[in-house]
Amino acid sequence: MVKNIIDVRNLSKSFDISSKEPGLKGTIKHFFQRQTKSIEVIKNISFEIKEGEIVGFLGANGAGKTTILKMLCGLIYPSKGSILVGGHMPFRRKENFLKKITLIMGQKQQLIWDLPPIESLYLNASIYEIDKFETKKRIQKLSEMLEIDDELFIPVRKLSLGQRMKSELLAALIHEPNILFLDEPTLGLDVNAQRNLRKFLRKYNEETNATICLTSHYMKDITSLCKRVICVHDGSISYDGKLDQLLKKLSPVKHILVVCRSEKDATKLENSGFTIKNKTNNEITIIVENNSTTSSLKKILNNFDIEDLYINEPPIDEIIGRILIKKNYDI
Amino acid sequence: MIFSLINRKIYTLLKVQYSNMMEYRVEIALWAISGIIPFFMLNIWTNNNLNSSINISAIMLSRYFLCAFFVRQFSVVWVVFSFEEDSLMGKVSPYLIQPLNPFFRYFAQHLAEQITRFPFALIIAFFFFIFNPESIWIPSLGVLFLSIISTFLSFLIQFLIQSIVACLCFWTEKASSIERLLFIPTLFLSGLLAPVASFPEYVKSWIYFTPFPYLIDFPANLLSGNPTNVSLGFTIQILWVLLLFPVFKKIWSAGTKKFTAMGS
Repeated sequence: MVKNIIDVRNLSKSFDISSKEPGLKGTIKHFFQRQTKSIEVIKNISFEIKEGEIVGFLGANGAGKTTILKMLCGLIYPSKGSILVGGHMPFRRKENFLKKITLIMGQKQQLIWDLPPIESLYLNASIYEIDKFETKKRIQKLSEMLEIDDELFIPVRKLSLGQRMKSELLAALIHEPNILFLDEPTLGLDVNAQRNLRKFLRKYNEETNATICLTSHYMKDITSLCKRVICVHDGSISYDGKLDQLLKKLSPVKHILVVCRSEKDATKLENSGFTIKNKTNNEITIIVENNSTTSSLKKILNNFDIEDLYINEPPIDEIIGRILIKKNYDI
Repeated sequence: MIFSLINRKIYTLLKVQYSNMMEYRVEIALWAISGIIPFFMLNIWTNNNLNSSINISAIMLSRYFLCAFFVRQFSVVWVVFSFEEDSLMGKVSPYLIQPLNPFFRYFAQHLAEQITRFPFALIIAFFFFIFNPESIWIPSLGVLFLSIISTFLSFLIQFLIQSIVACLCFWTEKASSIERLLFIPTLFLSGLLAPVASFPEYVKSWIYFTPFPYLIDFPANLLSGNPTNVSLGFTIQILWVLLLFPVFKKIWSAGTKKFTAMGS
């Protein structure tokens, strides 16, 4: 049985935020009498993550997903509740715990700006007490996986965003952590760089059985890496489960665009009992339930003279967008 | 094995920070030049014959100000500004989840900067001796050794004070403004502008209870050969380090609990 590597119970986090009324009057009032209010950004959440799982945290901006990651890696203290990551309480930041984890934040860098990444790699290796021989071996292995080589010897400031991100990953993984916290790792990267990064993360997960917690606004990151998602809405968990189950639930239908040979055929199809989404000339879009897609297709192919046919699912971004604004999904 | 790994950690940290500082060698040369306040002060003192009022010869006074320049060069601290910027930009977060207190990075940065600064300071001293050949002297090895230790302790005291102030970044975003307040007594009471011996008696009655005279005055007097109580100076320097270190640890521990990881 696969054991839980992350165990979160009744976790809450509040921040004190100062508020100021607009205008000069508000500014003067704020100067003499600063008003702060406590905002609960994470509200009594509980979940477990198993070793080797890749879990995507979904939520709108400000929903609280990054705060959850920051608490999981020990950057910030929880206000209430308990967290165990790899058997450790993260906020104690014990050396044994820190050696097991890494946090990568898109567009936030730990590499030394004016030096080539290789210098930061050796520095990180010495911080994590990895000997020279092992460091070289790991750099070689990871740079092969990331397809990065000469770039390691060019000052960071001269690297492209994609090359920099690869180097950041290398620096963050030099100590071979088995729990990765990734906060929008593909932010700002082009399509190819995003794809390569996803490929690398999948491979890293397969080879090391590392647990990965990921937040991203790029749905492709989530769909291609995560089987399980945790949806965060206004500090609470609105859904925790399999991604495909969620998508099925939210999108129980498919759209079939049928291009008929003539407008007459299209009209005939329109009146044949299917649910019609729209019709223009000889093109007609019908809506079928997922479980009757095959039988519907058979019926169309056997009974109508058609020129072409396209099966579409509603765009995943649209579906996920719907998740982000809803409070609860009971699946 | 463990010791060799720790040594490698320190060595790599210093080596990498030195490489980084070498990228800024021109700026460091300019910073070194900008630290010539003691020479201006020397000019004011000698032109107005003020040395006689404190029973110190012109030569000894010029040596004092040269040594004050050197001590200042190797004890200057800016950790509060680095930490404040890193906190606001969210750079502290990745450092916090590494098994090394981020202040070790800043400490190594300062040491590396001092090493980079060394040749420039020597060049400035060379020019000083060209214009003041009568001030040339060679301190004994023992005095040089003690002066280096005392300068390092001065650096350590200033580093700890600024690190404590830097930790206030966890509560306020502009901790450097507090450092500005400390800059004034550091400038006037440390001996950078005038030897502490020249201060009025009522100032001298309490100033030695503060860390300031041990930042410039004590190491500069030691190196220049002016009379000073060596054992008392070292004792008080060490006491300040021992007092400030737990305060830093306490405020660091409290601050990290308050950390909100802003900017990241």
